[in-house]
Amino acid sequence: MSDATVIQVEGLTKRFGDLVAVDNLSFSVQRGEILGLLGPNGAGKTTTIQMMLGLTTPTAGTVRILGMDIRRHRREILQRVNFSSAYVALPSNLTVLENLTVFAWLYGIRRPRKRIEALLELFEIPQVLHQITGALSSGQQTRVNLCKAFLNDPEVLFLDEPTASLDPDIAEKVRSTLLHIQKERGVTMVYTSHNMREVELVCDRLLFLSRGKVIASGTPKEVIRRARSRSLEDVFIRIARGGVLVDTQQPEED
Amino acid sequence: MGLRVAAIVVRHLFLYRRSLARAGEVFFWPVMDLLVWGFLTRYLQEHEIPLGVGWLLGGVIFWDILYRSQQAITLSLHEEIWVRNVLNVFLSPLSMGEYLLATSLMGIIKATLTLAVLGSLAYLFYAFNIWTMGLALVPFVACLLLFGWAVGMVTMAIILRYGQAAEALVWGVPFLLQPFSAVFYPLEALPAGAQVFSRLLPSTYVFEGMRAALTTGAVEGRLLATAFLLDLIYLAFGAAFFAWMFRIVQEKGYLSRLGME
Ligand SMILES: Nc1ncnc2c1ncn2[C@@H]1O[C@H](COP(=O)(O)OP(=O)(O)O)[C@@H](O)[C@H]1O
Ligand SMILES: [Mg+2]
Repeated sequence: MSDATVIQVEGLTKRFGDLVAVDNLSFSVQRGEILGLLGPNGAGKTTTIQMMLGLTTPTAGTVRILGMDIRRHRREILQRVNFSSAYVALPSNLTVLENLTVFAWLYGIRRPRKRIEALLELFEIPQVLHQITGALSSGQQTRVNLCKAFLNDPEVLFLDEPTASLDPDIAEKVRSTLLHIQKERGVTMVYTSHNMREVELVCDRLLFLSRGKVIASGTPKEVIRRARSRSLEDVFIRIARGGVLVDTQQPEED
Repeated sequence: MGLRVAAIVVRHLFLYRRSLARAGEVFFWPVMDLLVWGFLTRYLQEHEIPLGVGWLLGGVIFWDILYRSQQAITLSLHEEIWVRNVLNVFLSPLSMGEYLLATSLMGIIKATLTLAVLGSLAYLFYAFNIWTMGLALVPFVACLLLFGWAVGMVTMAIILRYGQAAEALVWGVPFLLQPFSAVFYPLEALPAGAQVFSRLLPSTYVFEGMRAALTTGAVEGRLLATAFLLDLIYLAFGAAFFAWMFRIVQEKGYLSRLGME
């Protein structure tokens, strides 16, 4: 594993009874790369992320993040990693400052006020500091969630449909802020989204999963070209309906 | 470690500061309980039915300490599930041990508040002075808190394993223990078969000891020691049960139910 390899997944497999949710998956992510994890519902994306974060025990295979095995060094890894999902929220009955202070403490930051204010500024919502989190608009809540995800200045960030509940305008804003911070700090990201246009804009490299297996991979352009499709959306629909693509893994012979 | 534990405690204090309904849980229900048993005690005394001083009132106050301690643990997890915050917490560097410790501290805080409120009200309304037990209160309360944590770990593990569906059952667990803990009556009031089970519960020795202390003023060290030893056994069992359930939850991938699509 080279220094630039931040995530290394090998032979990752999860069986739920007879169902193989994730099937012998291997891939790596380099420092500063944004990997898109795509695929139709039930493809195994969530199960994969859960195993990567040590929430679910793999049936077989290993996950190494920042050079450490997630099974053995989970807490050291989590100290340098963060996570945000459209399906996870901060306590709605606390103020933004209270919530972010609690999480800053969980990440070992003793006096977080300055950092919290700077992050809110960065996401262009400084006015919400003393507001009750549950009373914010969904766009503001998403951005507060992202502030939480950047509190510990993470080296690796897992984002599960971060823009799912946003209108296109806010989604665009959030995306560009995210990309800005990502470039500036060289954060490695694992990104899931059902918005193929967004994926095309954000992700450096894609892994298309279907039934727990990688069915296409490469940069967004490569994936589109190899699948002989017009857009990622096309590719997605073909995978969702047929579950197969022709010669996606082979190099092109033009 | 201290900072992470403090974070979880403060998170709940923030919540209680803001939410009257939740703060009421610490005050309202216990006070209602106290009133019920207080009036009953007064009625019985007026009709000259002999009753140890403060048996019922001491029982209700002590019972509430055990109950708060168990509920504090379960409620804090319930709260995180309710607001969909569990994964944020479980994906932070907080360990399960730290989480359990923090929720147990919440139990101490709540139980202390309840003791202070009920103890004072019982004195004001019914001239029952639990403070006459003095420093002897400390080991009694500690034994109840410890048992509450052990039961709390078991109920928390059940919620993680079986999800919200199990919650109704979980609220009832303390009430399964109540009749056997000899809260409002002496151990010998129970049928012989039930007594066998009662003797396995640390709470039984605490309530027996409380009655003895209120009646004779003497603290029976043997009862307290038995309660404490049993507490340790239950704590070990609770922790092992929790670890076992948590491993199953990870294998079955149930944490996704707590907020990942
Ligand atoms: N805890 C679980 N127990 C049993 N089956 C599961 C569990 N979690 C996911 N699955 C199944 O595994 C497959 C992959 O699911 P998932 O990883 O959630 O896919 P995705 O996130 O890509 O939609 C699906 O068929 C799903 O029903
Ligand atoms: Mg999913």
